[in-house]
Amino acid sequence: MATNLTINGEQKSFDAPDDMPLLWVLRDILGMTGTKFGCGVALCGACTVHVDGKAVRSCLLPVSAVSGRAITTIEGVGTTPVGAKVQKAWLDLEVIQCGYCQSGQIMSAAALLASTPTPDDSDIDAAMAGNICRCGTYVRVREAIKHAASERQT
Amino acid sequence: MLVAASPANKPSGLSRRNLLAGAFVGGFMFAFQLPVRAANEPTQPPDTTEGKFAPNAFIRIDTTGKTTLVMPQVEMGQGIYTAIAMILAEELDADYAQITLQHAPPSDKLYGNPIFIIQATGGSTSVRAFWKPLRNAGATARAMLVQAAAEQWQVEPANCTASNGQVMHAASGRKLSYGELCDAAGKLTPPKDVALKDPKDFSVIGKPLKRFDTPDKVNGKTIYGIDAMVPGMTFATLAQCPVFGGKLAKVDDRAAKKIPGVRQIVVLDDLVAVVGDHMWAARSGLEALDITWDEGPNAKISSKDIWAHLRAASETDGVIAKSVGDIAKGLATGERIDASYEMPFLAHATMEPLNCTVHFKGDSCEVWTGTQIMSRVQSEAAKAAGLPIDKVTVNQHMIGGGFGRRLEPDMVVAAVRIAKQVNGPVKVVWTREEDIQHDIYRPVYRDNISATLSNGKVVGFKYKIAGSAVIARWLPPAFQKGIDIDAIDSAADQPYDFPHFQCEYVRVEPPAVPTGFWRGVGPNNNVFAIESFMDELARKAGKDPVVFRRELLGKAPRMLAALNLAAEKANWGQPLPARVGRGVSIQPTFDTSIATVVEAEIDSQGEIRLRQVNVAVDTGIAVNPDTIMAQIEGGIVFGLTAALYGDITIEKGRVQQSNFHDYRMLRIDQMPKINVHLIKSGEAPGGIGECGVIGGPPALRNAIYAATGVALRRMPIDRDAIAERKKS
Repeated sequence: MATNLTINGEQKSFDAPDDMPLLWVLRDILGMTGTKFGCGVALCGACTVHVDGKAVRSCLLPVSAVSGRAITTIEGVGTTPVGAKVQKAWLDLEVIQCGYCQSGQIMSAAALLASTPTPDDSDIDAAMAGNICRCGTYVRVREAIKHAASERQT
Repeated sequence: MLVAASPANKPSGLSRRNLLAGAFVGGFMFAFQLPVRAANEPTQPPDTTEGKFAPNAFIRIDTTGKTTLVMPQVEMGQGIYTAIAMILAEELDADYAQITLQHAPPSDKLYGNPIFIIQATGGSTSVRAFWKPLRNAGATARAMLVQAAAEQWQVEPANCTASNGQVMHAASGRKLSYGELCDAAGKLTPPKDVALKDPKDFSVIGKPLKRFDTPDKVNGKTIYGIDAMVPGMTFATLAQCPVFGGKLAKVDDRAAKKIPGVRQIVVLDDLVAVVGDHMWAARSGLEALDITWDEGPNAKISSKDIWAHLRAASETDGVIAKSVGDIAKGLATGERIDASYEMPFLAHATMEPLNCTVHFKGDSCEVWTGTQIMSRVQSEAAKAAGLPIDKVTVNQHMIGGGFGRRLEPDMVVAAVRIAKQVNGPVKVVWTREEDIQHDIYRPVYRDNISATLSNGKVVGFKYKIAGSAVIARWLPPAFQKGIDIDAIDSAADQPYDFPHFQCEYVRVEPPAVPTGFWRGVGPNNNVFAIESFMDELARKAGKDPVVFRRELLGKAPRMLAALNLAAEKANWGQPLPARVGRGVSIQPTFDTSIATVVEAEIDSQGEIRLRQVNVAVDTGIAVNPDTIMAQIEGGIVFGLTAALYGDITIEKGRVQQSNFHDYRMLRIDQMPKINVHLIKSGEAPGGIGECGVIGGPPALRNAIYAATGVALRRMPIDRDAIAERKKS
């Protein structure tokens, strides 16, 4: 039985078990490997995507729960104005080290800025504390979010 | 900007043992004074591809001017690809915009790390080891391009200049691009002893240039090992015996086989893997297996046993690694203080879980992974596949966190063994739980220190390390006379001018638990113990911790300058509220002098709020200052994470932690401010990747000591020990 999803504005049709998490659909069926596997139990945020603009962990999200909803992944977030600004800020401030967690960091940051255009430190803490970075790029993640927020206003 | 590696080069017949003969004292750099190998000379076998100028293993220029730089070291976030490209581009006077990077194929001969001999990225060696070879490679290529132009113009090479991928003859106003010159330059014999630039003329090195690897990391395009997609591939995940060294007894796979998408159950003597159409099928299948393990002889081992074993061994005499003055006399003079410090097992927990994709084709084998040990992965895969080494191709990838975990080939060996049972390519991905419970752990250590004080000054200082000899397993020729040069690193060679000093090492391997390198390596342990003890000595001597250290740094001016700068930036000595403390540590690690000051608040429950960290860094010439700052910032997080939470414990022969709920990580909402202060220097570059990790834990420990008076002597931090004591 085919499942239909809208991902980054494109219709995708594929066969997958209803309980299969979106993460593995993206990675292993659709070959969209930008979304990362980190822990499998929503503790690290590496698998973060947007569902209807909200940041969610795709590793525990059954594919059957998102049919008909708009899904955005790291491969598509740059087409939104907020996503593009976050990506630019990430490069301007050279946030990234190994980069493995950064798809998730960028997705969480873009969702934050979409809902809270000028976040303060506590907003950033609340939105980003679910995203672990083992390289420890947190100082620059915070700066880059503020940098992206300031660019939005100019 | 990154293209796939070319097919595997032929393996080298180099004998490590022959090359490694000699004395091993004073850490990696002095330990491996090697005959410089072919890879480091400008007389590489040339790449004879038509229209390509390839004077050595690192540089390829084609007729369009496209400059491909081959990366001998692997990128795992530390920014080494950019640093290597900058060093090559500096001496080559390349057109920076035309540069493309390529992963090196496996070859110790062409790409071996001059410090390790093998092709390994670790130990903060990359820039130190390749600084001269890469500069030589760039300068030699440049000289050949200039020569080619001069011959064409019939002028003296000395009257020509090069910059930005062009050779110019100022007198006549003529110029030729490197692309135009590459055919002619390729016919020349590489000159010997080409002059290198005076560092004052550097135009690339020393600039905070943008990284090559990050643009593809903001949009999901970067392909890590775990992202390898091969046509026709299946997906697998595995369960290894939870008890170290245990074997499989039996497995009932009837339920697993009924799960949609499950294709095959691979049963080996020590693991079971489920192969499916995707990771979800594989995982679901694995959970449905009913496995009975033969737990073997380690089934009763616990942390308690391991610590009893280590503590007993630590009381025995060690091998003397360094002796200055007369330690017996020193320890007999003045007031004596003794203390022991203990460090736990740690997992690496790289964000990219262990993985490896393998296509075993019977008479050949192809591997896709991200590794810190390219050539060793090839040889270990060949052994596991039962094939000659030249039948194994390894495709290198960007690494989603190494930290020493990917200095081991165990995940590749397991994946090859599984792939031998599978028809077609298979990607084997470890669950986070398997990754944490089957790591190769940072060893437990116990350090015994004795010192004497007379009139507030140190007279004798004896430091004895007891712990695993990772080097003995990982690079056997470097383990000599019972001394692990990593375990004693930053301990045997002291910045402090102690009149009577001795450093000893007791090799003791923990039962059952495999041990390996973990970012910061031996100095994590040594700097923690020594710098913690220095604060205890300072208090005994009635001196301020910075003043006490300063008095002992008369012979280490770079370290002294770093200490003074960090103290100044941290407002050392300014009053703080109750239960807030500042702590300092210094470290002479990897040819870099660092001082760290941590400011922290300890609440009544013993919970810690990190307020501020100031780090002063003298690493010599900073190839890319921005990358260095980033490495220190991130290293601080890595080290403080371990100090706050890192503790792998063993019960019934198995690791008790399994995922990020019980093997916790520092998160953004707990972050202190981190200020990194780079000290300008013209000295040769030092190491950086490990350095940031090392100083945070002792500085935090000393901040807690200042704030609470509690002298912690174990990591991680015991919250109960530093909670506010109730008044009777």
